[in-house]
Amino acid sequence: MNPDSVFNTLDISHYIYLSSVLFCIGLFGVLTRRNAIVLLMCIELMLNAVNLLFVAFSSYMGDSAGQLFVFFIMVVAAAEAAVGLAIIVMIYRNTRSTDVGLFDKLKG
Amino acid sequence: MLLTILGLPPAFLLLSFITILCALYVVTNTNPVYSVLALILAFFSISAHYVLLNAQFLAVVNLIVYAGAIMVLFLFVLMLLNLNKESEPIVKMGWHIGAAVTAGLLLVTLAAALHRSSEQIMRNPAEDIGLVKNLGKVLFTDYLVPFELSGILFLAAMVGAVLLGKKQTNNKENNNYSETSSQ
Amino acid sequence: MGMLFIILLSPLIGFLFSGIIGKYLPEKITGWISSLSILVSFVLSLQVFQGLSDTNGGPAFEAIGFTFLSVGDIFVDFAIQADRLTSLMMLVITGIGFLIHLYSISYMHGDKGFYKFFAYLNLFVFNMLVLVMGSNFLMLFFGWEGVGLCSYLLIGFWYRNAEYGKAARKAFIMNRIGDLGLLVGLFLVISSCKSLNYSDVFAAAKSGGLSTEMVTAICISFFIGAMGKSAQIPLYTWLPDAMAGPTPVSALIHAATMVTAGVYLVVRCNVLFEMAPAAQQLILWIGLSTSILAALIGLKQNDIKKVLAYSTVSQLGLMFIALGVGAYSAAMFHLITHAFFKALLFLGSGSVIHGMGGEQDIRKMGGLKSYMPVTYYTFLIGTLAISGMPLFSGFFSKDEILATVFTQQPIVWFLAVVSALITGVYMFRVFLVTFMGSFRGTETQKQHLHESPALITVPLIILAILSLVGGLLNLPELFTHDHAQWLKHWLSPVLGNAQDDLHHPSHSTEWMLMGLAVSVFIAAFLYTRNKYISHASVPEEDAEMTGAAKWSAHKFFVDELYDKVFVRSSESLGSTMNKADSGIFAGLMGWVSSGISYMSGLFSKVQNGRIQYYLLYMVIGVILMLVINIFI
Repeated sequence: MNPDSVFNTLDISHYIYLSSVLFCIGLFGVLTRRNAIVLLMCIELMLNAVNLLFVAFSSYMGDSAGQLFVFFIMVVAAAEAAVGLAIIVMIYRNTRSTDVGLFDKLKG
Repeated sequence: MLLTILGLPPAFLLLSFITILCALYVVTNTNPVYSVLALILAFFSISAHYVLLNAQFLAVVNLIVYAGAIMVLFLFVLMLLNLNKESEPIVKMGWHIGAAVTAGLLLVTLAAALHRSSEQIMRNPAEDIGLVKNLGKVLFTDYLVPFELSGILFLAAMVGAVLLGKKQTNNKENNNYSETSSQ
Repeated sequence: MGMLFIILLSPLIGFLFSGIIGKYLPEKITGWISSLSILVSFVLSLQVFQGLSDTNGGPAFEAIGFTFLSVGDIFVDFAIQADRLTSLMMLVITGIGFLIHLYSISYMHGDKGFYKFFAYLNLFVFNMLVLVMGSNFLMLFFGWEGVGLCSYLLIGFWYRNAEYGKAARKAFIMNRIGDLGLLVGLFLVISSCKSLNYSDVFAAAKSGGLSTEMVTAICISFFIGAMGKSAQIPLYTWLPDAMAGPTPVSALIHAATMVTAGVYLVVRCNVLFEMAPAAQQLILWIGLSTSILAALIGLKQNDIKKVLAYSTVSQLGLMFIALGVGAYSAAMFHLITHAFFKALLFLGSGSVIHGMGGEQDIRKMGGLKSYMPVTYYTFLIGTLAISGMPLFSGFFSKDEILATVFTQQPIVWFLAVVSALITGVYMFRVFLVTFMGSFRGTETQKQHLHESPALITVPLIILAILSLVGGLLNLPELFTHDHAQWLKHWLSPVLGNAQDDLHHPSHSTEWMLMGLAVSVFIAAFLYTRNKYISHASVPEEDAEMTGAAKWSAHKFFVDELYDKVFVRSSESLGSTMNKADSGIFAGLMGWVSSGISYMSGLFSKVQNGRIQYYLLYMVIGVILMLVINIFI
C-alpha cells in the first residue's frame, strides 16, 4: 500500500481528539436515548472510538499489540451484542416495551 | 509535498468529518432504523481510517464483523420488535442538557489530559505492521491464551443467547413437580 | 470475739433462709427457724451482758471485720463492739424481737407472703443490730438506712392495697428527710475529726479539738436525723400511717426498736451533746411539744392502733425531754420499760383485732373482757404501766425523768406532767371502751370472738411480767439503798461524767413529786371511769364531732398542711420536669432521628433504579477522578 505513513504529516494528537470526540458522542447517546437497542448501538460506537485509538497508537509506535487488542475488543463486543440483544428480546416479550426508563424495579 | 489542508491530510479530514457526522446522526435521530444505517456508515469510515493507518487486515475484519454481522443482528432485532419512530419516548430537555454538559466535560478533560502525550510516546511508524502475517505471528505466540479464552467466551455467549432466546413453556405445568414429588 | 459476729449474722442467715427457701417449706418450719435465729442472738447477747457486768465497766468487746472504705487517710472499718450501752440495746432488740417472731407465727398464719414476712423481720433485726453494735458512725448509718428500708418493706407488706403503699412511701420519705440531717452530721464529723470511729471522735471532742459551733452543728444535724427516725415534730406524721402494716411490725419496729434508734444516737453521742447546750435546748422543747401534741391527738382517735401510735410518739417525746436535760440513763430506762409495755399493748391490740376478725374501730368493740380474758389482763397491765400506776415499771421510769427535769426547768416539768395526765386519760379511754361494757359489734363478729392461740398469748404474758417488774432496773434511792439506780451505775462507764451536773432532787422533793404523779394517775383513772363506765358513753361517730374534738380527731390537720405545702409543690415540680424531659431531651432524640430519616429519604431518591441516571453519576465520578488525579 502507501509506503508513506500518514504519521509523516499527522500528529497522534489528532487521532486522540478524534477518538475522544467519538467517545463523548457515544456517551451522550448512551445517556440520552431511551430505546434499549439504540443504547447498545451507542455503546458500540464508544467501543469503536477506543478501537480507533488503539490502532492509531499501534501504528504510531510500531507495536502490534494495539491491533491485537482491537481483535479482542471486537470479540467481546460481538458476544456482548448477541447476549444483550437476546435479553432485550426477552424483556420485550414480558413487558411489551424497550424503554429503559421503565425498568426501575431495583430502585431503593 | 503532500497536500495538506489545515496542516492535515485531506483524507483524514474527510474521513473524520464523515465519522463525526454519522455518529451525531446515530445519537440524535428518533428513528432507530436510520440510526442503524448511520452507524454502518460510521463503521465504513472507521475502516477507512484503519486503512489510512496501515492496519489493512483490521479494516477488513471491522467491516465483516461489525458492519456485516453485528449491525445486521441489530437490524434483525429491530425488525423483529417492529419498532419505529412513534415508539421512541420523549426525553426531557433538562436531561439532554445535563447529558450534553457531562459529555462535553469529559471531552474537555480527556483532551486536556492527553494532548501533550505525543511528546512522551516513542515515534516509530512501521509499514507492515498491519499485515496478516505479522499479526498472526504475534497473536499465536505471545497472545495465545487470550485467543483461546476468547473462543470459550464465544461459546458461552452462544449458549447464553440461545437459552435466553428460547420461547417460554407454560409455567403452570412446571410448577406441578412440587406436588408430584411429595406424593 | 467471734461471738459478736454470730450475734450479728444469725438474723442475716435467717433472712437468707426464709427469703430463699422459705417459700417451699411449710409455714411452721420457716417461722420457727427464723425465730430460732433471733433466739441464738438473744442467748449470746445474754452472755455478752454477763461478761460486761463481770469486768466492772472495763473495756468493751470489739471485733473488726474488713475495711469498708479507705479514702486518703480516712479509714472506715466494718467494726462492731459491745459496750454496756450496746449490750442493753442488743438484749431489748433480740429479746422482744424473739417474742414478736413467735407471735407472728400465729398472727400471720395463712398469709401468702408468710416467708417474706419472716425474711423482712430477720433482715430488720440484723440491721438494727448493726446500728447499735457498730463502733463507728458509718456502721450506724448503714443500720439506720437498713431499718428504714425494712420499715418500708414491712409497712407496705400487704402491697395490693395502694393505701398501704402510700403509707410505706410516706414513712420512707420522711425518714430520708431526717437522714439528710444525719448525713450532714457525718460529713461534719469527717471534716473535723478525719475519722468516723466513736473513740476517735469523742476523744477529739473531749480534748477540745472541736469548736463549740462545730459540735453544735453536728449535734443539731444528728438530732434532725433522730427527728425523722424517732418521729418528733415535724417529722412524726409517718408513724400513725405506718399502722397500715401488720401488728407485729408495729410492735417491733414502731414501738420497741427502730423508733428508739434516735434516742440511742443521742445517748451514744452524749459527749458531744454535753458540749452543745443549744442543741440540748432544741431537743428539750421539741420533745416537749411533740409529747403534748401527740397526746392531744391520741385523745380522740378511734382506731385502736392509731391511739397506740400517737402514744408512742408522745412517749418518745418524753424520752427526748430527758435527753434534753442530760438525763441519759433515765432516757434509756424509759426506753427499756416503754419497749416492754408498748410492745405488750401493740401485741394485745393485735390479739383483739385477730379476735374481732380484722375490726380496728374501738367503737365497734366493747365487753371483750369475757371473751378474751388473757388479752384483757395483759392489756390492763400494759395500760397501768404506761399511765404510771405505782410500782409498775412505767411509774419508775417516768418518775425518774420528771424528777430530773424538775430540778432543771420547772416549766418543762409542769407541761410534762400535763402530758402524763393526758396519756393516762387516753390510755384508760381506749382500754375501757374496748374491754368494758357490752359488745357493740355485729352478730357475726360476736360469733367469731375467741381468745387467741398460745403463740399469741404467751408472749403477751411474758411482756406483762416484764412490764410489772421492769422497774427493778433503776429503783430510786428512796426505796432501797443497795440496789438503787442500778441502770445508772451500770451505764456510767459509757456516760462518763455526762450526768455529773444533774442535780438530783432531795428526798423530800422526790416524795412530793412522786405523790403528785400518783395523784395525776388517780385523777385520770377516775375521770375515765366516770365517763366510760358509769355513764357508759361511747365515742361519737365521725360526723358528730365538733370543735376541739374535731381538731384532735383530725390530727390538727397537720397532714393536710404538709400535703398542701410540700407534696403538691414537689409533685408539680416533678411533672414539669417530666414534661421538660419528654419534650426537650426526648424530643431532641426525636428531632435527630426524624432529621436523619428525612435526609435518608432525600438521598434514597438517588437510587431510582434507572440506569441512565446511574450512568450519569458514574461519568461524573470518572470526570472527577480524572481531574483530581491528573491535575491535582
